[in-house]
Amino acid sequence: MPGKTHVQTTINGEKVDFLCEPRQSLLECLRDVVGLTGTKEGCNDGNCGACTVDMDGRVVTSCLVLGVEAEGASIGTIEGVADGSNLHPLQLAFLENAALQCGICTPGFIVASKALLEQNPDPTEHEIRFWLANNLCRCTGYDKIVRAVQDAAKKMQEA
Amino acid sequence: MTTADYERNMVLSSVDYKVVGTRPVRHDGADKVTGRAIYGADFDASGLLHGKILRSPHAHAKIVSIDTSKAEALEGVKAIATAIDFPQTSDKAVELGEDTTRLKWLRDNILASDKALYAGHAIAGVAAVNPHVAEEALALIEIEYEILDPVLTTQEAMAAGSTILHESLTTQELGEDSGIVSNTASHFQHVKGDIEKGFKDADVIVEREYDTKTVHQGYIEPHSGTALWGPDGRLHVWCSTQGSFVVRDSLADLLDIPVSKIRVTPTEIGGGFGGKIPIYVEPVAAILSKKTGAPVKIVMSRKETFEGSGPTPGSNIKIKLGAKSDGTIIAAHAWMAMEAGAYPGSPVGAAAQCVFSTYDIENALIDGYDVVVNKPKTAAYRAPGAPNAAFGMEQAMNELAGKLGMDQIDLRLKNVAVEGTRRPDGPVFRRIGAKEVLEAMRDHPHYQATKSDGHGRGVAIGFWFNIGFDSACNIAVNSDGSINLTEGSTDIGGSRTSIAMHAAEVLGIPVEDVRPSVVDTDTIGFTAVTGGSRTTFATGWAAYEAAQDVRTQSIERAATIWDVNPDSLDMEDGVISSKTDSELKMTFKELASQMSDTGGGITGRAAVNPKGVGGSFAGNIVDVSVDDETGKVTVERFTCVQDVGKAIHPSYVEGQMQGGSVQGIGWALNEEYFMNDQGNMANSSLLDYRMPTSLDLPMIDTVIVEVANPGHPFGVRGVGEANIVPPTPAVANAVSDATGNIMTQLPLTPGAVLDSGM
Repeated sequence: MPGKTHVQTTINGEKVDFLCEPRQSLLECLRDVVGLTGTKEGCNDGNCGACTVDMDGRVVTSCLVLGVEAEGASIGTIEGVADGSNLHPLQLAFLENAALQCGICTPGFIVASKALLEQNPDPTEHEIRFWLANNLCRCTGYDKIVRAVQDAAKKMQEA
Repeated sequence: MTTADYERNMVLSSVDYKVVGTRPVRHDGADKVTGRAIYGADFDASGLLHGKILRSPHAHAKIVSIDTSKAEALEGVKAIATAIDFPQTSDKAVELGEDTTRLKWLRDNILASDKALYAGHAIAGVAAVNPHVAEEALALIEIEYEILDPVLTTQEAMAAGSTILHESLTTQELGEDSGIVSNTASHFQHVKGDIEKGFKDADVIVEREYDTKTVHQGYIEPHSGTALWGPDGRLHVWCSTQGSFVVRDSLADLLDIPVSKIRVTPTEIGGGFGGKIPIYVEPVAAILSKKTGAPVKIVMSRKETFEGSGPTPGSNIKIKLGAKSDGTIIAAHAWMAMEAGAYPGSPVGAAAQCVFSTYDIENALIDGYDVVVNKPKTAAYRAPGAPNAAFGMEQAMNELAGKLGMDQIDLRLKNVAVEGTRRPDGPVFRRIGAKEVLEAMRDHPHYQATKSDGHGRGVAIGFWFNIGFDSACNIAVNSDGSINLTEGSTDIGGSRTSIAMHAAEVLGIPVEDVRPSVVDTDTIGFTAVTGGSRTTFATGWAAYEAAQDVRTQSIERAATIWDVNPDSLDMEDGVISSKTDSELKMTFKELASQMSDTGGGITGRAAVNPKGVGGSFAGNIVDVSVDDETGKVTVERFTCVQDVGKAIHPSYVEGQMQGGSVQGIGWALNEEYFMNDQGNMANSSLLDYRMPTSLDLPMIDTVIVEVANPGHPFGVRGVGEANIVPPTPAVANAVSDATGNIMTQLPLTPGAVLDSGM
């Protein structure tokens, strides 16, 4: 069995060190080593988007990043989206617009949508659909998700 | 109000309530948007081991020998399980959520004993210190196979001289054992009237054959489960399931231990759609836990979820309709063969209950064939069987409308089933809303709008009967006037809130004052699966009854305090008051603070098995464009109309309608198991098994029709399934409208559309 590597990262603004094998993905490290299970595994091959996290300002599927590649990186997961006990406008919009059913894809959608609104505060419906096309949801048919992102964008601009 | 007064996501409501019909935020919402909710794979336990499953690469093979010695010797491997580790109890019939099967088949599907019957069939399980070591160990297990020819379609399986999957399987022919060894597990018929006479009297006849492929439910969370078989002989399982009691009872059958020794705790569930009714990994984890004394967790990969769980079947369907020149359908014949997969039990029986049920047809015959093939054992998928049947039937209806020169919706309205109509499979409808759905479609601005140039428009309607079954609910009143509500229906789409709304309505309290919890099998009475569109209907009813129990006791307590006859009191809008003395008034909250002084806490309880199930109809209007060069179909506009009886939480009802519609669109346009001639699935990833993305779709408009079900206190019918029935034919009808060609095969991939002759 290969030895473990010491990885130093920042996760949701906190310095986090962990040990991982070279074969472990960032997703596995987040879930099974660091204990942040909000990031979900739906496919483990980059196709469903349930494991979406922010890595140094880029949206990545954490199943396609190796844990050792996170050395020095700043990672943002669903656990870091709310400000303490205050939900992010996207989280509120997902709840108020009934944009989740089973909820397994929701962390990925919220992390991806947050990155979208940071780059493009007033996206069109098409821009939202294009941006979220790497995140699969099987329950909602996306209608209420797209509306939640539109609603959050509006409220964030008004704020 | 009609749909002519158009607004998006309309609710054509009949009765208004105070809580029912509102749109509160779900009680589990905060946990689910912050990543705190614990799903199957998130569960952890002290000393946890990780399991992996070895699966057959062959679709059909005898298992000659299994040698696990090298795997056992690998450092970090703790135990290995194969079929011989199951107690070898004699075969019997066992309940499986919505179906029954034989114990041997259930057991062999968990871990194959004598034969591998599909590529992906589980053969052995390994428990190790981590999932990677377990996976390495799988490669060290040596299995000798004797490879047999795979049988992959109903046509192959039913052909004379076909390779046989089960030497012990004989055809049940019209309810009697024929004694003939065959891949056809059963042939049944439903007969109404005389179709020969009907077709003879018909002025117009349409007849066509349709094929559909195997498709998967596509829930984003793969199957997972953790088992701990304690030294006290008690087995505790934590898993993502649609029915914790099905898991418990199946484990009891498979492991030959009493249900009282098993506790199943359902985790949050990441989608199911019927596919998480059966059990797969839980028994293997249990055996591995017994061998090691440690908790063992098994999580399927996406590939395993495609190849080793239960998709919905491919099918071969022939529909023949005969009508008078005025459009009255007087004869109908459906011949339907469905792939059960490796063991008997396709949804052809359910398909037969739906195929003609939208219409009042004097003479009808339905032939159903349940056929085993070398593919994964099929499981339920949202209105199982009905979309396959509707794909044929509702295209035949359009073909008939064309021949008669009638409007497609007018033809359907002319023949529509109403209260009192007898279905070909027997039941007589109580109050139903098929007509109201068709009228809402006809009047909808989408149907009235002029089509864009080059676009095709299609309509279709579908039926699902819905089920009742057992549900239980307990309520404990807190001293601040809030209530804790416990129930046993795993919540896949907001049902705990819809169920809580039933109790809030009865007690006249805000739904925020209800704290609903989905609890384990030790903590609540038997509750059947979250499936069959039963959860809000039946468990909601249990909550209604448990709240009535609390209401009655609250009135009795107030009567004690005031020293009056309880019959002289009433409770409305959360206030208990006297019918005769206006001075006597007390809120539920005030009463709750005095529980201790008036006899102790108040708890309500109910267990129900409601029989007043109301079937649901859903209809679609779809506009598509078709690329002339590539054959690619794009859905441009989509409207879903459904009679739900009463929408307890309209947003969640719309969500069901939109989600079912989009699963149907995926089924219509893209989704299929690509199997090679050896029975191996070539597209077992979410890249190649092409489910709809946000970019593929328009907004999905909904119209909620409320024709109250007389069999439920608030009129609920159940909403989860009927909405997936019409999309496959509605999209096909739209493509036919655009191209002039009838679509006889699913999915309508670009290649298939080009091949149809445009």
